[in-house]
Amino acid sequence: MPSIKKPAVLHPHLRPNEIGLTVRDYEGSMSTLCAGCGHDSITAAIVKAFYELATPPHMIAKLSGIGCSSKTPTYFVGGAHGFNSAHGRMPSIVSGANAANKSLQYIGISGDGDSLSIGLGQLAHVIRRNVNMLYVIENNGVYGLTKGQFSASADVGSKSKKGDANQYSPIDPVMLALNLGATFVARSFSGDKAQLVPLLKAGLSHRGFAIIDVISPCVTFNDHEGSTKSYLYTRKHLMQVVQSDFVPHAEEITADYDAGSATSVTLHDGSVVRFTKVAADYDPRDAKKVSAYLQEHQGKGEVPTGLLYLDEDRADMHEMNKTPDAPLTQIPYEKLCPGSAALNKLLEEYR
Amino acid sequence: MHQERIVRVNDFALKLANVNGTGSASANGLLMQAIFRMGIPVSGKNLFPSNIQGLPTWYEVRVNKSGHTSRALEYDLIIAMNAETYARDVKEVRSGGYLLHDSSWPLDASLARADITFLGVPLAAMCNEIFKSSRERTLMKNIAYLGALVALLDVDMEILDHMLEEKFSRKKPLLESNHRALRAGFDYAKSELECPLPFHLEKMHATDDRVLIDGNTALALGCVYAGATVAAWYPITPATSVMDAFKGFCEEFRKDPETGKNNYCILQAEDELSAIGMVIGANWNGARSFTSTAGPGISLMSELIGLAYYAEIPAVIIDVQRTGPSTGMPTRTQQADILSCAYASHGDTKHILLFPSSPEECFYFAVDAFDLAERFQTPVLLLSDLDIGMNDWVISRLKWDDRYRPNRGRVLTAAELEAMPKFHRYSPENSDQVAARTLPGVHAKGAFFTRGSGHNKLGVYTEIPDEYQEVMDRLARKHKAAASAVPAPIIRNQPDASFGIISLGGCDAAVREAVDALAERGIIADYMRVRGFPFDDRVEAFLAAHERIFVVEQNRDAQLRTLLTMETSVKKEKLRPILVYGGFPLSSRHVIDGVTSQLGHLEG
Ligand SMILES: Cc1ncc(C[n+]2csc(CCOP(=O)(O)OP(=O)(O)O)c2C)c(N)n1
Ligand code: SF4
Repeated sequence: MPSIKKPAVLHPHLRPNEIGLTVRDYEGSMSTLCAGCGHDSITAAIVKAFYELATPPHMIAKLSGIGCSSKTPTYFVGGAHGFNSAHGRMPSIVSGANAANKSLQYIGISGDGDSLSIGLGQLAHVIRRNVNMLYVIENNGVYGLTKGQFSASADVGSKSKKGDANQYSPIDPVMLALNLGATFVARSFSGDKAQLVPLLKAGLSHRGFAIIDVISPCVTFNDHEGSTKSYLYTRKHLMQVVQSDFVPHAEEITADYDAGSATSVTLHDGSVVRFTKVAADYDPRDAKKVSAYLQEHQGKGEVPTGLLYLDEDRADMHEMNKTPDAPLTQIPYEKLCPGSAALNKLLEEYR
Repeated sequence: MHQERIVRVNDFALKLANVNGTGSASANGLLMQAIFRMGIPVSGKNLFPSNIQGLPTWYEVRVNKSGHTSRALEYDLIIAMNAETYARDVKEVRSGGYLLHDSSWPLDASLARADITFLGVPLAAMCNEIFKSSRERTLMKNIAYLGALVALLDVDMEILDHMLEEKFSRKKPLLESNHRALRAGFDYAKSELECPLPFHLEKMHATDDRVLIDGNTALALGCVYAGATVAAWYPITPATSVMDAFKGFCEEFRKDPETGKNNYCILQAEDELSAIGMVIGANWNGARSFTSTAGPGISLMSELIGLAYYAEIPAVIIDVQRTGPSTGMPTRTQQADILSCAYASHGDTKHILLFPSSPEECFYFAVDAFDLAERFQTPVLLLSDLDIGMNDWVISRLKWDDRYRPNRGRVLTAAELEAMPKFHRYSPENSDQVAARTLPGVHAKGAFFTRGSGHNKLGVYTEIPDEYQEVMDRLARKHKAAASAVPAPIIRNQPDASFGIISLGGCDAAVREAVDALAERGIIADYMRVRGFPFDDRVEAFLAAHERIFVVEQNRDAQLRTLLTMETSVKKEKLRPILVYGGFPLSSRHVIDGVTSQLGHLEG
């Protein structure tokens, strides 16, 4: 991606995290996206999330497909390994990478075009495999990079910049993920950093597949009146159904979770997500109810946000395949090759 | 009609005409294996339809004491077990040959031939008498004709008995049924027919140190020995059994005895787009990873093969070729993916190809493929085909050198990175034109951005013409550098040769036999079998040294010939195609006829 290097000016009062890095260490090169693009706000939230989690940058693998959104990995955690792949194919590449080395922290960044049209098959199957990763859809309802065509997430009746109305029913990544059995499903808004950062952190700490659909307005092609993915529309229709705090494992977990309407879930790595219910009767662990709730509210034009569904019990791809605890790439060749004696013995079966 | 009785030992061909799904594969396989265990060179070709049940299927067995194992086109004996193809089968018996049929029913007089001998065995009647269930009656007819063949051909009954014991050691009732059916066929033939036939078997020792194995199994074994840990695939004939075998071997050799965990991960992808993506992801992370597919899969994988080429990520792609275009004939063989593999993907791409000719080379080339992919940081496509992959071949015992260590290519270690001032992905290059790479998670200094978009020699995004071209030019040089690293061509020069023949892969057995047969007629040819692409100097030299060269391959458009004309300095007119692409394995006769007719044409 075209990128402009950021000047390395260090603010003397930047607070280092547990591994001694400041938030600057989690930035990438300067964005070349349009000024005001929602994707840049998500980038900033990702920077904050990794900084707060104190993840060693070189242990992060950031992968993407093609699109404006897929350019963003260049703009965060410069010290991470990046892979800007092909349109819609990021999920398979993460799956293989993850199969080889389970010890990295995987984050995939995609767009609604990348994920819901050309890449819909791969998205569906990375969910089925419960690959341990955080999958972020930067959802703007249009194809940004190819200049303004409707994407598969555009709502019926939503208007393009030229004024055409979309006729095709949208694919909602949240409903899709729920139906396919994703184990962590969230939605947020690029303009709501307070909500997005804890969600990103929880998604990164979740064992298994975590997806966050982030409404991310395209200021150039989809931020006008008549668009249902504009800043104005989203701000008006946003509703938080659960409020979630994320408490990383490293911090002592002593807070009183059972007070009032709060519930907490301990993630696989020991971190805790604390839900505070904003909507009455909302249970983020009952897939059927979540689905019914979302359908009801989306029907009214509302955009429910928050950590909408969570299942910490399902086995991830590695558990299903019974791979060892250490990454496959760390098994020495001597252990992988059966050797000549075994071959000679085996060949007796081919006599 | 009385024919002169010429006895031929260990030199004849049979064809068994069956109905798909009636259990004949097992009987035919037993026959082939028994001959092999008698120490006699033998080959079996399964000519089967793309269907599960009911359509005609043939199995050809060629016995040849000199070791020629390509397909026969003329049969000394046909076992006609499919009424639907009877007329066709009767025609294919050579004059003076034999036809074995089920005499439970009278023969249609219109099918009679005076120059062949009909051997009737009442197979159905016998089995109806011995067995109660209709399923057993159908299945055991195959074993009963096998019994008759044991008598007619002098198959060693002890060997066959032993094989049945091995096969059904845990299914005693089945073993018993098999024995009874076998005996019934045998006894009938012994008492009613002239046994043995003038062509028959005698024990030899030509296969004592050999094995009987199919190419897909050997390939899978090669992948295990190469140290592949991640495999991703989508089912397709004729490549599926590669992954089936890989899984089997992994379960046998790769389970950690202490923890019970799997030191491998096999992912059945949702399609080939995804399978190749997984392979690329795994290789990017440093695992040896591969996929196996056929032509339709190569079409779908092409997009990401281009990504791996440009981003310089190793990947091993096994293409067990079948007939195309499109779905083609899924269970028939061809060599028609040569060009689509050589240049798979859009833009200027060129890949390393390997062309094994037998299961033996499938095993060794699988290991080479991983070494080449990592050494040159690029996709390597191994082109087998259905004939090699799904038929059993008699090959030398596979050998393994325990000193082998994978060639991982230029991968920087944490210590090397620590000592470096700065790491840049695509420079500096070594004499292979390969730059060092780093693996994610190894060291902070090794982090970089992999991209399929324009980049310069430092790995940075670019749209500057010179910077882009610099990388593209190096990639071309890198591909050239691989010429001396791929398996060298095998060249057989003969004194007084008047022309050359070039071929590849599964054609080899037929071409070698043809070269010998032509020599007996005084037509002397040099022969070169190419085993890898890019082509090296020896290929150029062979092309330069001959005025006239026949290129034998199994596709309509002379793809190997095209590749040679595009990638070497040879003049197109020099290369004369001999093309057999109907979907069945090549026979030496195709080559002999192709050469002689063209020579006559050229001379006359
Ligand atoms: C195979 C293929 N087809 C088409 C394209 C062209 N293309 C590039 S980006 C893009 C759409 C991106 O849209 P989206 O994923 O929504 O991301 P956004 O730009 O809106 O962030 C398309 C169609 C491509 N790169 N590859
Ligand atoms: S075109 Fe839209 S999506 Fe792309 S950078 Fe500009 S605002 Fe963002």
